[in-house]
Amino acid sequence: MQSHFFLMVIFAGFVSLVFAVIMKDEPVDQVKFGGMLFVSFVATAVVFGWILYPFPL
Amino acid sequence: MGRKSRDSRRARVAAKPGPVVSDPDTSLAMAVAALGWVIPGGGHLWLGRRQKGLIFLVILPLMFAIGLWLEGRLFPLDPGQPLSLLAALADLGNGLPYLIATVSGLGEGRVVAATFEYGNTFTIVSGLLNMLVCLDAYDVALGRK
Repeated sequence: MQSHFFLMVIFAGFVSLVFAVIMKDEPVDQVKFGGMLFVSFVATAVVFGWILYPFPL
Repeated sequence: MGRKSRDSRRARVAAKPGPVVSDPDTSLAMAVAALGWVIPGGGHLWLGRRQKGLIFLVILPLMFAIGLWLEGRLFPLDPGQPLSLLAALADLGNGLPYLIATVSGLGEGRVVAATFEYGNTFTIVSGLLNMLVCLDAYDVALGRK
């Protein structure tokens, strides 16, 4: 449970789900919006991770 | 269509009374938001939005519990430390789960744990999301959504 990536994915899943349920009323729309949000969160994190790779603390 | 008939139609439309907008029950909306704060999703359940209410009721406390499990800390309300105060206010947004955790002595946090910051993130964000859910319930109760 100490995998940064795994925890980030769980976090993105929770946040995406709550936002999707708040923003959309129909289940189909919720799944589409939540899925898009989730993929965006994870993709952004991975991209930023690689961008910051050459700059360790 | 002639000018006369257009004018008479406009006059008829202007004379027609518009829809009566009833005053939204603000006190009810406040009560809904308060219930939503104490019990995550409670406001939506009260308003009959079962699907949304049940999802919030499960997801938000689960997220908070994962934060505690990851050895996150529930920050004290200390005005001397502004950043900690903000985190504490966000934690407070969890409502009843926060109170139960506090009374049970959970949320001490272990700074040296590898997951400490993750735990803080989960507990703080679950509180902020619950505040957002409360505002959503408030809007629904006022008929804005």
